[in-house]
Amino acid sequence: MTRPVARFSPFWSGLVLVTGLYLAFLVALLAATAAYTSPQHLWAALDSREIRYSIGLSLVTCTTSALLALLLAVPVGYLLARGRFLGKEWLDAALDIPIVLPPMVVGLCLLIFFQTPAGKMIESVIPFTYTVAGVVLAQFVIGAAFAVRTMRGVFDHLSSRPEDVAMTLGCSRGQAVWLVTLPAARRGMFAAFSIAWARSLGEFGPILVFAGATRMKTEVLPTSVFIELSVGRLEAAVAVSLLMVALALVVLVAVRLVGEKI
Amino acid sequence: MIQLDAVSWQAGAFRLENVSLTIPAGSYAVLMGRTGCGKTTLLEIICGLRRPHAGRVLIGERDVTHELPAARGIGYVPQDGALFPTFPVREQLAFALRLRHRPADEIAQRIAQLAAELDITALLDRLPQHLSGGERQRVALGRALAANPKVLVLDEPLSALDEELRDDLAALLKRVQREHGITALHITHSRAEAAQLADLRFRLAEGRVIEEP
Repeated sequence: MTRPVARFSPFWSGLVLVTGLYLAFLVALLAATAAYTSPQHLWAALDSREIRYSIGLSLVTCTTSALLALLLAVPVGYLLARGRFLGKEWLDAALDIPIVLPPMVVGLCLLIFFQTPAGKMIESVIPFTYTVAGVVLAQFVIGAAFAVRTMRGVFDHLSSRPEDVAMTLGCSRGQAVWLVTLPAARRGMFAAFSIAWARSLGEFGPILVFAGATRMKTEVLPTSVFIELSVGRLEAAVAVSLLMVALALVVLVAVRLVGEKI
Repeated sequence: MIQLDAVSWQAGAFRLENVSLTIPAGSYAVLMGRTGCGKTTLLEIICGLRRPHAGRVLIGERDVTHELPAARGIGYVPQDGALFPTFPVREQLAFALRLRHRPADEIAQRIAQLAAELDITALLDRLPQHLSGGERQRVALGRALAANPKVLVLDEPLSALDEELRDDLAALLKRVQREHGITALHITHSRAEAAQLADLRFRLAEGRVIEEP
């Protein structure tokens, strides 16, 4: 005899209540911020030359750093997922350093590294400190750590068997990965790129310390919020914040939609 | 011919020791043994996906112990088919031939021939996720046969199929092996499968292979 379906379960109701309260809190945060400003203030802020520069620079640097992060994350993620070697656990833990370090410390480490002889030699070819390249590097350090973690998970979930078969059919290991595994990992690669992009968009501490907060030079959207707040223009800070919320939501939806279609 | 000559392999507590077996050219050999006894490892050593710590692997008269999997000329059909997830059936069949830079008309002809032989012509434009278990195994078999290998190794290719489908596919395997003159090594748990297919039977137990009557 089958038991009737329970109409009320304290267990599931408790879970739904906790989730509902958390979601309501998130929505309340966004709604309060949106209600704080008016469309006029929003347009006025977005019309400012400095903010438009900051939007443009954010889009360019986030895209560049996310692409670089993906280029690093694919081979490193593959190595972690498929490689068998001594010290793998240590390497795995070490790659999380940018995630666990306080963001300001990451910026400080970058600043100090480029004062060393090796850093100065690199700077003589590409100047990083207080430049746009520095913004990209600061974003890359954090974004890459998240992208590597994502790609490792992607390769962990993809069977290595098709690759083995490809090798018996005439591929080298590299060809098998390129022809068989990477096309199968494209959804994960898009997710890794998006996560790195979104992390880069919100990056502030390392950029402030390493690349500075110079208007019309190294000012990205989080820097704009900081500058506008520091001079007391709260409406402009809120307007830029809302723009960042909108961009983050676009990324979130894109990951869901494109991820399902790829 | 497939020959293993005193092959040893070890990982942790698991070991294969001095494994020797000979499968004459054109024979259908079945290898049985308990789960986890190393049957798949042995197939991977034959394919070149694992390197033995000692001993030799010969395909035909050629010592391939130190050759890459790509150079061995072995068709490999894993347990779940392991089809390439983003390739339609047509491209799965064409894969080995494209790697060998065969002309387009030759590839098209070979695909049509294999598809007819394995009764998968209607599936050529489907992706693996739209295939049933039996269809997947047929495609995996076609992919392995595309480049005309002299040796075919099959890792429990029928284990996930229902009984009726298993009999059909077993008959197909035997027919294809005979018609192509291939030397086959087939891993299975099923005595019925072994009885239906085997010219030679081997059993792997405690790291050693023995030939059964």
